[in-house]
Amino acid sequence: MNARATIRLLPDGRRLHLNDGPIDLIIGADGASEEVARAYQAAASRFVTILDELCEELPLLRTRASNNSPFPKGQIAGRMSEAVSPYQERCFITPMAAVAGAVAEAVLAAMTAAAELQRAYVNNGGDIALHVSPGHSYTVGMIERADTPSLFGKFDVSPTLPVRGVATSGWRGRSFSLGIADAVTVLAASAPAADAAATIVANAVNLPDHPAITRVPAREVSPDSDLLDLPVTRAVGALCAQEIFEALKAGATVARELQAKGWIHAAAVCLQGQVLLVEPPLDPIELKSADILPPVVATEVNNAPSQRNTHA
Amino acid sequence: MPEIFPKDTIRCDACPVLCYIKLGQTGACDRYGNIAGQLVRLDPHIVLDRAKSQGTPLVPFLEHEGEWDGALMKSKEMFVTAIGAGTTYPDYKPAPFIVSSEVDGVDMVTVVTEGIFSYCGVKLKIDTDRHLGPERNLVRSKGEPVGHVTTAEYGSQMLSLGGVHHLTGGTKSEGRVTCETLLDLCNGKEVALTIDDGASITVAAGKPPIVNGQQEERMRVGCGSATIGMFAKQWFGKVDEVVVVDDHITGVLSEHQAGKMLGMRETGISIQGRRSTPGRYFQVAQPGTGWGGTNISDPLAILKPFKAKIAWPHLRLLMVSTTGEHFAYYELDESLRPIEKDFPEPLRESVDRIRENCEPALTTVVFMAGAGGSLRAGATENPVKLTDSVKRSLTRVTAGGAPTYVWPGGGITFMVDVSRMPENAFGYVPTPALVAPIEFTLKKSDYAALGGHMEFVRTLDEVMREKQRQRQLASLPENPWPLKPVPKSEGEP
Repeated sequence: MNARATIRLLPDGRRLHLNDGPIDLIIGADGASEEVARAYQAAASRFVTILDELCEELPLLRTRASNNSPFPKGQIAGRMSEAVSPYQERCFITPMAAVAGAVAEAVLAAMTAAAELQRAYVNNGGDIALHVSPGHSYTVGMIERADTPSLFGKFDVSPTLPVRGVATSGWRGRSFSLGIADAVTVLAASAPAADAAATIVANAVNLPDHPAITRVPAREVSPDSDLLDLPVTRAVGALCAQEIFEALKAGATVARELQAKGWIHAAAVCLQGQVLLVEPPLDPIELKSADILPPVVATEVNNAPSQRNTHA
Repeated sequence: MPEIFPKDTIRCDACPVLCYIKLGQTGACDRYGNIAGQLVRLDPHIVLDRAKSQGTPLVPFLEHEGEWDGALMKSKEMFVTAIGAGTTYPDYKPAPFIVSSEVDGVDMVTVVTEGIFSYCGVKLKIDTDRHLGPERNLVRSKGEPVGHVTTAEYGSQMLSLGGVHHLTGGTKSEGRVTCETLLDLCNGKEVALTIDDGASITVAAGKPPIVNGQQEERMRVGCGSATIGMFAKQWFGKVDEVVVVDDHITGVLSEHQAGKMLGMRETGISIQGRRSTPGRYFQVAQPGTGWGGTNISDPLAILKPFKAKIAWPHLRLLMVSTTGEHFAYYELDESLRPIEKDFPEPLRESVDRIRENCEPALTTVVFMAGAGGSLRAGATENPVKLTDSVKRSLTRVTAGGAPTYVWPGGGITFMVDVSRMPENAFGYVPTPALVAPIEFTLKKSDYAALGGHMEFVRTLDEVMREKQRQRQLASLPENPWPLKPVPKSEGEP
């Protein structure tokens, strides 16, 4: 038994909340009540060892990934390594860029192995792993701001769509970003893949040497940061429309490249109230009308049953 | 690595990530930070909202508040708790928040600070008849001594955990485990404890205790003798003899005053143990976790052979524990030996009634701590005056908005039921010591009179506006509103 961990149902009596050190998961599942109970039990027993597993290899996971890096021993650490490997030769990235998505994926896998679920999600601070069985789907909504939620766009994840992971990255989040995006949301085949890709795209939303942007070597803020002395964004002043568009375009260009390689399904890139969308190849989502939409800073899983079917 | 860090950097040991945290920054979890070189838990600052708990609408009564002169407006009823407020220890500085607000026309001040308590502990009341261990024996968590067994109370066993001798007087590991155990109990988490020469228990505030793997369901309604008295009438006529098995006082219906009153016939029953008064027996067995808090699993073990001259074949005997949890029915055979039979339906109701009358068995956790001089100095330049004011009931002491009991005598030593406090109200520092919220509420005029830090008093509105990591919670309806003006003021009748 791990004495640190919090394992509890949220006050709604339906969702499970798991917390251990910096890991904080909100979990939901639909299915027969005894199946959901079994899934939650499995989630909790998988969860309690995760932080210790990761910390065992923390120095390796915090080191820049390269083709010569040793492959980690742990199952979750291995998924983190795999998720960042497509990027490791072209930029600085450590396996930590995929930690949240990999943890979400592992807990979801424990749940679906233990129980028959219609659908389930594990939300690890905005990095979400999804399970949908035939005939069921999730509607994922994007809201403007976490403190003043107003749904601006949503899309359905059905079993036929190659999306089981949703991740959001940006400088305002808990992790450091090299870019200036308020939020980059990525849909990908798995949660760790989405997590790593969101980091890469968010880093690309940038205006190098812009005077309104305050950057600080990561270790000045957090002495043991895996980003060493890379300049991380701490503040972004007001930008003009042209600058916003330029930064968004830089991010969207990278996102399209990742999409062309088949590493991500779609992305939304947000900066100071503006949004650029990188739509899926065959568009099943409803965000297609305009390139510029109201602001987005977070994603949220809508727990209500899907209201509409996806269409190709 | 560590030597290259500035000297104000600390290492957090709250989880295995072991973050290095610079002065004024937080760790990876965003919940522990380095404040003045101390590792401090930084949960959101909790503000209690009275309207939320009363279910009154949260929209303002007047739509255009600004156009009203405000004379008759009731100010919003909010109470700034110390949870997440931070602390100024060990500096002799004013408390982090000294908040003024007007309540029912009276100017009140609340001094809000998180206290760091090395002198603290919890008292556990565990509702069980089972024997948890001999009085004075050590209670252990993860093998480390964290407290001891103290008195048995009516239907409950008390444990005393923590205290300065376990926190800082023993080995480093003893202190760390004690701190962790207290923190978990205070924050409502489940804790596993073992008692030397006694039981293994799992306890959490407000939940049924688990003794040797078995969950307690009910608290006994009374001792065996009292149970006989309460239910004698319901048994009369349905059965010839009833024994209520209890480690404290086992009751026997036919011999008991209640049976005599009903004119019950002698049965020739003979009980192990020491007879106290008719129908009441002490020490029928050893204490344990079996029937009625004894060590027996077969109730016949407490019976000696029936007296042949008095007993008769087919005599009907009910044996039941004080909580109705255990029960069995016997009839004597031709040689007057009790033989267990199917439990008769007519008796089931009485057994159920015993069980119904037993309240749910719970563990309750009461936190007890003493506010030291430097904490009191955060409220006033002359700490003893605060003590004095508390003693004269001019100052109310709350913990996270929950009512406290302040011990008579010197100092400010208080107790609070942790289940009346908001969730996760406690933190710790690696000293080791617990961090607990404490608020002192008094009239503004009294605060000035006792040498309060008047220049640091801020209005409720100011505090509500500037505080960033703030979370508003409904106040618990069963708690008195902590800001209610204290009854009388200095010099008033």
